[in-house]
Amino acid sequence: MDQLNLIWQGLPSLLSGTLVTITLTIYFLALGFILGILLALGRVYGSNFLKLLIIRPFERFFRAVPALVLLFLFYFGSSFFHVEISAFMAAILAMGLRSAAYQSQIFRGAIQSIGKGQMKAARSIGMNTFQSIRYIILPQALRLSIPSWANEYAVVLKDSSLAYAVGVTELLRQGRYIVARTFGNALLIYTVCALIYFILVFVGNQTLKILEEKYKIPGYEIKTKKDQSVLERI
Amino acid sequence: MPNVILRAENVYKKYGKLEVLKGISFQVKQGETTVIIGPSGTGKSTLLTCINQLTPPDKGHIWLEDTEITNPNTDINIIRSSIGMVFQHFNLFTHLSVLDNVRIGLLVVKKTPMKEATEISMGKLNEVGLGDKIDAYPAELSGGQQQRVSIARALAMNPKLILFDEPTSALDPELIGEVLNVMTKLAEIGMTMVVVSHEMGFARAVANDIIFMEKGVIVEEGKPDKMFNDSENPRTREFLHKITELYGGKTE
Amino acid sequence: MSFLMLALDIMPKLLEGAIVTIELTIIAIMIGIFIGIPVAMGRVYGNKPVYAICTFFVEIIRGTPLLTQLFILYFGLPSIGIMLSPFMAAMIGLGINSAAYQAEYFRGAIQSVKKEQLIAAYSIGMNQMQAIRHIILPQMFRLVIPSWSNELIYLLKYSSMAYMIQAPEIMSQGRLIASRNFRTFEVFIIVALIYLVLVSILSKILDMVENKFRIPGL
Repeated sequence: MDQLNLIWQGLPSLLSGTLVTITLTIYFLALGFILGILLALGRVYGSNFLKLLIIRPFERFFRAVPALVLLFLFYFGSSFFHVEISAFMAAILAMGLRSAAYQSQIFRGAIQSIGKGQMKAARSIGMNTFQSIRYIILPQALRLSIPSWANEYAVVLKDSSLAYAVGVTELLRQGRYIVARTFGNALLIYTVCALIYFILVFVGNQTLKILEEKYKIPGYEIKTKKDQSVLERI
Repeated sequence: MPNVILRAENVYKKYGKLEVLKGISFQVKQGETTVIIGPSGTGKSTLLTCINQLTPPDKGHIWLEDTEITNPNTDINIIRSSIGMVFQHFNLFTHLSVLDNVRIGLLVVKKTPMKEATEISMGKLNEVGLGDKIDAYPAELSGGQQQRVSIARALAMNPKLILFDEPTSALDPELIGEVLNVMTKLAEIGMTMVVVSHEMGFARAVANDIIFMEKGVIVEEGKPDKMFNDSENPRTREFLHKITELYGGKTE
Repeated sequence: MSFLMLALDIMPKLLEGAIVTIELTIIAIMIGIFIGIPVAMGRVYGNKPVYAICTFFVEIIRGTPLLTQLFILYFGLPSIGIMLSPFMAAMIGLGINSAAYQAEYFRGAIQSVKKEQLIAAYSIGMNQMQAIRHIILPQMFRLVIPSWSNELIYLLKYSSMAYMIQAPEIMSQGRLIASRNFRTFEVFIIVALIYLVLVSILSKILDMVENKFRIPGL
């Protein structure tokens, strides 16, 4: 009964932590989405200069360096360069840019799998490059990206727990506070945290599945199950 | 009179409500080639896989020489190792080289020593004209070459009988000839074969016996001459007429 | 002290940490294989209860953050009297986490071996055991190599989370150094560069391995 009571009393702060976790995730994904599309377009249609000297090194750096290290770089880098940003902001920049590097990969794969025929057809009816991308390429690419994007959502949500390390009071840190305040049962509290993450991942994935179903085009099914890239963590 | 190698009696098979085979009986004599023809979806392939129990029939009996294959006490793996099968889509083992594809059955199933297995396999590969491709992987070969490897794989097991399930229908037209040539040679040296095929030219020239199947039953059976020139059954004549039109001069 | 001097100065300590990072990665991938293959088999060939247990394991581990898993192992288990050293907790945590992902790779690989391959194996007289051993498993291992390389690189990076439970890997070493010289940003730039180098080298090696085992058409 004590344990149930402990959870009950801790629930408000855990939920406020959950809210921060969700907010972080939305920021990460949004920044990653906008920048990721730009990077992907740059890699497919951009000049060699752009591809080789800017986009590739950016992507390689943000993909090869662990999230935790990136987080520290932005957090401690801000004071090194005498720019005042909060831990929250540092987390958004580090994880958002990192997500951009991964999302770029997702969108690039999708754009390339559409094939040159669609671009040629769009140009043949008089669209310019921008119009072709906007009305023909992107709508198809985004549909194709949904399964991989669902995966990225889960990755980003889970990695948002790393913001703990720079002091953002997200879900896991709220859990930590409860453990410290009550000298409480760490196993219990962290298991509850894990459960909340699990629910968030599950609900998010279900929502994206509904989205996938809704935007399905007949004869143009999104390959899910067998597509190895969906299985893999990236 | 040559011995009967294969005897099927009243073989019956149903998938859900669909009756695919409605009581098929026939026999194949040693050294003879039987070609089964008929429209698609009439159970020809199912009949072949019933013979080696990849699809066990619901009713009926099948004997390989004196052994009843359909008897549940028969060790089916021993039977299968003495009935070769050549598939429409070759089904070569993707991860094995040509030589390993041919000898893996000897090594794993028959426990033949490596040296002997290799010799036998090399012999069979030479027979089908692929002695120079032993190190290639299936994906590096043309369809015709893959099908010849799969024939060598069947031959290596020293089978009493080989089943061919539309061996040329997945091939580009220019590759069909090389496979049919190998099969013709096998017939000449007295291999017993049951072939499901639409190659009327081959059927006419090589078959000892032709079976025309439709809707799960045998409509007519006879020597090629009779079937092609003097068929009793209007359905047979109609089918042969259509397929001749479709495949053009090949029946000539 | 210039950046270069700093780098040279702290390199030995950081490399000590890098060795722990590599150890963690290798042990975790091994644990992952040993648990992952049976779990994959359970999901493909198992009966209902086995399938349910294996699926539950995979979903729970994949659905929760690694950091939470590490916290449960390191801070949580002592509540029920199980004390793990930071290194042990990191090793077990990363290993179990990897097992859930590897189980999915193996399952995908097993399922992508075509049914025709099995039929062909039966047609030359192989029994089920022989077909699994000589046809399914070799193809599965070939198919899983790319995912595996991915997983190794992933573990190399994510082993940095062991820092959060004080395992003495490269991050912890960096933090320790920074707490003495107060040049945190520069220290972590160097840490980032070490990861970059490690990941690049590992990718190169894995590419070579992949090429060596490449089979046309598989």
